Amino acid sequence: MESWRRNPLVFWMVGLPPTAWLLLFFLLPLGLIWILSFAELRGLLDMEVTGTLDNYARALDPLYLQIFAKSFLFAAITTVVSLVFGFPVALAIVFAPPRWRALLLLLVILPFWTNLLIRTYALIAVLRTRGFVNFTLEWLWDQGNTVLALLGLGSYQLLGERFEPLELLYNNTAVVIGLVYVHLPFMVLPLYASLEKLDRSLIEAALDLGASQVRAMRTIVVPLALPGIVSGSILVFIPALGSFLTPDLLGGTDSQMIANVIERQFKSANDWPFGAALSFLLMYLTFAALALRALYGRRAARRGAA
Amino acid sequence: MVDKSTRRATRRSFLAGSGAVAAGVTLLPKLGWGAEEKKLNFYNWDTYIGENTLADFKGVTGIDVTMDLFADNDELFAKLREGNPGYDVIVPTNDYTERMITAKMLMPLDHSKIPNIANISKPFMDPKFDPGRKYSLPYMWGTVGIGYRKSRVDGVPNSWKALYDSDKYSGRIALLGASQTVLQIGCKYLGWPLNEADPAKLEKVAEMLIKQKRHIKTFADDNGQDLLLSGEVDLAMEWNGDILQVMAEDKDISYVVPDEGGLLWEDTLAIPNGAPHPENAHAFINFILDAKAGAAIADFIQYATPNAAAKAIMKPEYTGNPAIFPSDEVIARCEPAVYQGTEYAQLIDRLWTRIGAA
Repeated sequence: MESWRRNPLVFWMVGLPPTAWLLLFFLLPLGLIWILSFAELRGLLDMEVTGTLDNYARALDPLYLQIFAKSFLFAAITTVVSLVFGFPVALAIVFAPPRWRALLLLLVILPFWTNLLIRTYALIAVLRTRGFVNFTLEWLWDQGNTVLALLGLGSYQLLGERFEPLELLYNNTAVVIGLVYVHLPFMVLPLYASLEKLDRSLIEAALDLGASQVRAMRTIVVPLALPGIVSGSILVFIPALGSFLTPDLLGGTDSQMIANVIERQFKSANDWPFGAALSFLLMYLTFAALALRALYGRRAARRGAA
Repeated sequence: MVDKSTRRATRRSFLAGSGAVAAGVTLLPKLGWGAEEKKLNFYNWDTYIGENTLADFKGVTGIDVTMDLFADNDELFAKLREGNPGYDVIVPTNDYTERMITAKMLMPLDHSKIPNIANISKPFMDPKFDPGRKYSLPYMWGTVGIGYRKSRVDGVPNSWKALYDSDKYSGRIALLGASQTVLQIGCKYLGWPLNEADPAKLEKVAEMLIKQKRHIKTFADDNGQDLLLSGEVDLAMEWNGDILQVMAEDKDISYVVPDEGGLLWEDTLAIPNGAPHPENAHAFINFILDAKAGAAIADFIQYATPNAAAKAIMKPEYTGNPAIFPSDEVIARCEPAVYQGTEYAQLIDRLWTRIGAA
């Protein structure tokens, strides 16, 4: 581990560019926004950094806390749903024949080749009242009626008088569908990475010793995949928490998330200090959630050891 | 505030002789051009210029126009607030023009370099937001009203009640996503001025919207007309130009400004401070205000032109279209938004957040 001491030139040449990049384009702008969160508006364009805590006090208003809570809920549901769908997918890829694996992984990352905005608009075309899902359902409804008519049951209107399309778009469910759709690859890839390293003889041993498939999954596969589950969940939860495009385009009248409020502070409300305070509050809350999780994880590990 | 990012010209029937347009423009001032390179950076809404306008301008003056697009006024303002990144001509809407004048972000116009000002219809020459037109000139104007599907709506929806205060069309309504416009038109519905700033009254509008919320399908950012066209909603609060586009595609769609009145807007041409090519910018604004060039633009984008000389040579199906040019009595009931300062903007945003969270 200390070999860099012997070879400082290589160390600096490899380490300096990313460090400078991080400093210049991440920490510096972030620092500026942080400073801004202690500023006061002076007219339209000017802000004065006075060290005021007013912006944070305003952000702690129940109105905004409620939106924070709602955003956390959206992100949590997205994470759980992604895990439920992502785990079998990752497992299937791991157990697929090796020559298929690369192709399947490619399919998982394929959506990334298209811009988020276009993917979201495509989802609108799928979910809307006259979208592909409802077209399919209507077709099935028609077929069902034809079959019923053939059976001589046509006049009872067993499937309802006319086809009622599902309301799939412009509500909170649509937002969760959109968030899961966008973030699923972030769950599948770390899960795949940790499942791939799994020693299969352990599963065989469990089955040989009489464990059921479910039991083997629960006591062997899931605990060994835990690092993947944790990093996948974090990778999904954090960006989902800060989404604003998805609730904006797919959401209804009460799908507002905290990032939508933050965006408005930098645009229509023209209140950058307040927007900065809200952004940092979101970041602190995320840090706190991660720290709590780490703490809980460590305690659980200690209890397990004892 | 105004969101026209999905503007598409639907009537591609373009003025036959666009070459004649170029030839017709000979009034361009040629003062002091030697000092400036033949370039111009234009920051505009999407599909909000004539099909050949930029090429024609180059043909006449040799100036190369680079056009960037913005999606809404907030984006335009945010881009310019920390200093002009190099734009020469911008197209803010009236209350943002006022905001930018207040913030000293615009360059005073030299009217002597824009002789085509004479073409502008007189009522446009002295607006409250820019007295004497020191900083801006009118480009296009219009209203915010209701676009609706005739076969699914009872008669003409000539009151905002259908959208703001009724369950008659529950789940088939889209309002704009522009917080200020939605709250201001709520004020109009309740009989108050559009620019009502009394927090108690705005609070009442917000409470009405919270009650109405479950009947509203969505607050559409820039796609109310698409929702109407695809049958997702039957009534949409929208900018007249956006509805006009879908009216051309679907004869079952119509547009009305309700009896309580709506919002009157005007997009303006202005030169931001720090513009690298102010001479070219004056020449460009003058070119746009030319009768034939102006008519070509209006014919292509189907918005109402404030250019009297351009309107005079347009076809009657444009000048006689009530969705483009509402009658004087309709206009009399509409009001323009005025810029009301930071506290008003914060109040509007807080109420909007509450409506979304409730």
